[in-house]
Amino acid sequence: MSLDIAFPLTATDEARRQVEICNACRYCEGYCSVFPAMFKERAFTDADLTQLANLCHNCRGCYHACQYTAPHEFDLNLPRALAEVRAESWERFAWPGAFAGMFHRSGVALGLALIAALAGLFWAISTLRPASGDGFYAALAHGTMVAIFLPAFLLPVFAFAIGLRRYWRETGGRRVTLAELAAALRDAARMKNLGGGQGQGCNYEKGDRFSNARRHAHQAMMWGFLLCFASTSSGTVMHYGLGMEAPYGPFAVPKLLGVPGGLLMVIGGAGLVALKLKAERHLGAPELWGGEMAFVLILTLTALTGLALYAATGTALVPGLLAVHLGTVLAFFLTAPYSKMAHGVYRMAALVRDAQGRTP
Amino acid sequence: MTDLTDLTATDWDVVVVGGGNAALCAAIEAAERGARVVLLEGAPKPYRGGNSRHTRNFRCMHGGPLSVLTDTYGEDEYFDDLIRVTKGETDEALARMTIRTSETCLPWMEAHGVRFQPSLSGTLSLSRTNAFFLGGGKALVNAYYNTAEDLRVTVVYEAQVRHVDIRDGHFRAVEAEIAGHPVRIEGRAVVLASGGFQADIDWLARAWGPAARNFLIRGTPYNRGVVLKDMLDQGAESVGDPTQCHAVAIDGRAPKYDGGIVTRLDCVPFSIVVNKDGARFYDEGEDVWPKRYAIWGRLVATQPDQVAYAIIDSQSINDFMPSVYPPVVADTIEGLGQQLGISGTKLRETVDAFNAACRPGRFHATELDGLATEGLTPAKTNWARPIEKGPFYGYSLRPGVTFTYLGLKVDETARVTGTGGRYDNVWAAGEIMAGSILGQGYLAGFGMTIGTVFGRIAGQEAAAHVA
Ligand SMILES: Cc1cc2nc3c(=O)[nH]c(=O)nc-3n(C[C@H](O)[C@H](O)[C@H](O)COP(=O)(O)OP(=O)(O)OC[C@H]3O[C@@H](n4cnc5c(N)ncnc54)[C@H](O)[C@@H]3O)c2cc1C
Ligand code: HEM
Ligand code: SF4
Ligand code: SF4
Repeated sequence: MSLDIAFPLTATDEARRQVEICNACRYCEGYCSVFPAMFKERAFTDADLTQLANLCHNCRGCYHACQYTAPHEFDLNLPRALAEVRAESWERFAWPGAFAGMFHRSGVALGLALIAALAGLFWAISTLRPASGDGFYAALAHGTMVAIFLPAFLLPVFAFAIGLRRYWRETGGRRVTLAELAAALRDAARMKNLGGGQGQGCNYEKGDRFSNARRHAHQAMMWGFLLCFASTSSGTVMHYGLGMEAPYGPFAVPKLLGVPGGLLMVIGGAGLVALKLKAERHLGAPELWGGEMAFVLILTLTALTGLALYAATGTALVPGLLAVHLGTVLAFFLTAPYSKMAHGVYRMAALVRDAQGRTP
Repeated sequence: MTDLTDLTATDWDVVVVGGGNAALCAAIEAAERGARVVLLEGAPKPYRGGNSRHTRNFRCMHGGPLSVLTDTYGEDEYFDDLIRVTKGETDEALARMTIRTSETCLPWMEAHGVRFQPSLSGTLSLSRTNAFFLGGGKALVNAYYNTAEDLRVTVVYEAQVRHVDIRDGHFRAVEAEIAGHPVRIEGRAVVLASGGFQADIDWLARAWGPAARNFLIRGTPYNRGVVLKDMLDQGAESVGDPTQCHAVAIDGRAPKYDGGIVTRLDCVPFSIVVNKDGARFYDEGEDVWPKRYAIWGRLVATQPDQVAYAIIDSQSINDFMPSVYPPVVADTIEGLGQQLGISGTKLRETVDAFNAACRPGRFHATELDGLATEGLTPAKTNWARPIEKGPFYGYSLRPGVTFTYLGLKVDETARVTGTGGRYDNVWAAGEIMAGSILGQGYLAGFGMTIGTVFGRIAGQEAAAHVA
């Protein structure tokens, strides 16, 4: 008897078929957190598979190590099976559902969103030009900026909050303790699950050879992003809390955080793009490739335009660059709950949930 | 460089036949000593690595904690374990040399890209003696291919060696078929590492009898013993029992070839096992499963149609490692029998007789609990708990061949012996010569130890010969 079945399986059923084979094998136990979590079970509910899928970092170690990959009739490709389940789960959790997967599945849609946001910002800058203001506030008044970006920030935060609640309900999560959160943050901060279990890295751009290139590129991107986020937050605090308004000098906190953050994002983004071009698409969800690539590009573009804007301080280029930068940021935020950005949120949730599983 | 004319035109130092663990260890050692090496793997690339890609660990002597290995495992204890399984069918000097060398193999393996992981969940009994490969044997094989590539070993896939051309005790060339083309590859030394012959069902049937046609082959379909037979036909000295193979009881629904580790079934101690006539034939509870795992292949092989059925009830269904195929389920014993294709009434009688012979007592899944039947033949001497709580579960069992014993006789330098004494330049490593040490029985993790120890020696010796 073989395990193949006449009708095509749903993504979840296909993952279940593969996970049951893994559970009888267990050779990959040491690569990541997915296998130890899996081996505690004998049967897998849809919710179990959602959790395993979001715990998986798509390092591909278990694909190259597997003696059952095609042409073997068991046809194992766990990184892909879990990527498909992961994508479907984000769509299930997305709020409002009408946008589910829209920018994750389609790079073109993300591109169009970007163009729309750019157009909006150019329009705002050309028609709502303020009477006075310093630096880029001369191009777009502070009040107008807040009016655009406060909702553009709060909407995705709200959407993600609903999504997280749905994730937690589905996977049966408990009240989170500080220790669990700390454990999850530690794993995310080190990208532990892209480390191959022993720090040798993942199998991404060099076939079955291990490399930390993707892990390092992601670290640059993630930490860069967080620095930029911290930069903007510090600006807000300085503006409202301390009454210190932009533009800030080169040694002010927002600049000290933002410039290295932007540089890191650009470096990380360039690395992620280069690696993605070399990697085998069939070890992820191939139909998501365009949306993922567009997501890396828009993040990179956000950083690049921010740096360019800073470099152009005091020149006539500021209004144009400001429109481009703010448009990119706007598109990034508004699409976030329905783009690959969901990965950071749900992967964090999965790490916390996994920490709960380890401390019964 | 897989250009056929380049292959034939090159004057190779060392030709390595095979592409599993033993072949790779030999190729790496020889290349590190400066030899120009070609490795001929009969399988296509996705199936490279023979049975080695199905393995999970190797057995390693150690005088203190070593990498993932705990405690100590000394030469004498290791040798005693070997004697117990082979019932003395071993060459003590060769065996002790292998055991001693295993300790230096672990660091060598790590230095050549192999990674280890703590013993897998469900295999605690091996954590002291066996070092587990991170990701299993395929990951080990990948690491070695990468190391070999870095050392500029030429690897050719789909290169089926048909004949080893030896004249006057001197190796000259191998004749192979590469992607359908006949090719003659000349070299100054050869290492034969093409595994056993378990995938040649006709050969198994000749050796064992027609029953072997119903055996399943747990590993690669590419180990058909072509090179072994060619060497034996040329008068190479053989060793190991030609009529035997190592078989374990695996899931009867497994693929004919290459089902690997996942088709194993660990349910026997908690079941009763009946043949297709619905009758029991052996004490299922004789010992803890790891110690009895290996005899059940042979037991099932002697039953009609080489098939048996393990019958379990709901009390015990979670007491063993999960199976890859779900069990057959029924609410009644009769129904289960029908679904399995055995007489429901006969199965009912067997179960009733067994249940009636069970005695009250403490059931303990993980130790010999002494819960035995009374007045039943054959008795079940542990874990004998009545099969009474539905739903009932059944698995079919068939013999799954792991290993063949017949091989080439080698000395402690891995050199092969022919009619006129030792050949000048022919070495062998891995399962093709394992019968020299493992004449019968099987010791978990010893196959990879033999392959690593002799593969390395063969590579070193071959390189020294051509230097
Ligand atoms: C399911 C399973 C699990 C196992 N688990 C373990 C374990 O955990 N630990 C352990 O120590 N042992 C284990 N064994 C036994 C182990 O696999 C063997 O002992 C070991 O792999 C032998 O290594 P080898 O290099 O000699 O042969 P193989 O790895 O089988 O390599 C033989 C190679 O020769 C090639 N070949 C065959 N014929 C030709 C030809 N005519 N021309 C060219 N190439 C040819 C094959 O394609 C293959 O690449 C297991 C076996 C099986 C089946
Ligand atoms: C906080 C901001 C974050 C940013 C800006 C970010 C950015 C990115 C980008 C651009 C990619 C795409 C790379 C590709 O497609 O190859 C990516 C992939 C990835 N991210 Fe993040 N990430 C963040 C947070 C996180 C967190 C918190 C985790 C883990 C908990 C995580 C884990 C991963 C993993 C494993 C991948 C690769 C797997 C895949 O493609 O699905 N990221 N990230
Ligand atoms: S991916 Fe393959 S090798 Fe790894 S645990 Fe699963 S079945 Fe085993
Ligand atoms: S792809 Fe990597 S992270 Fe995902 S299950 Fe496999 S080994 Fe684990």
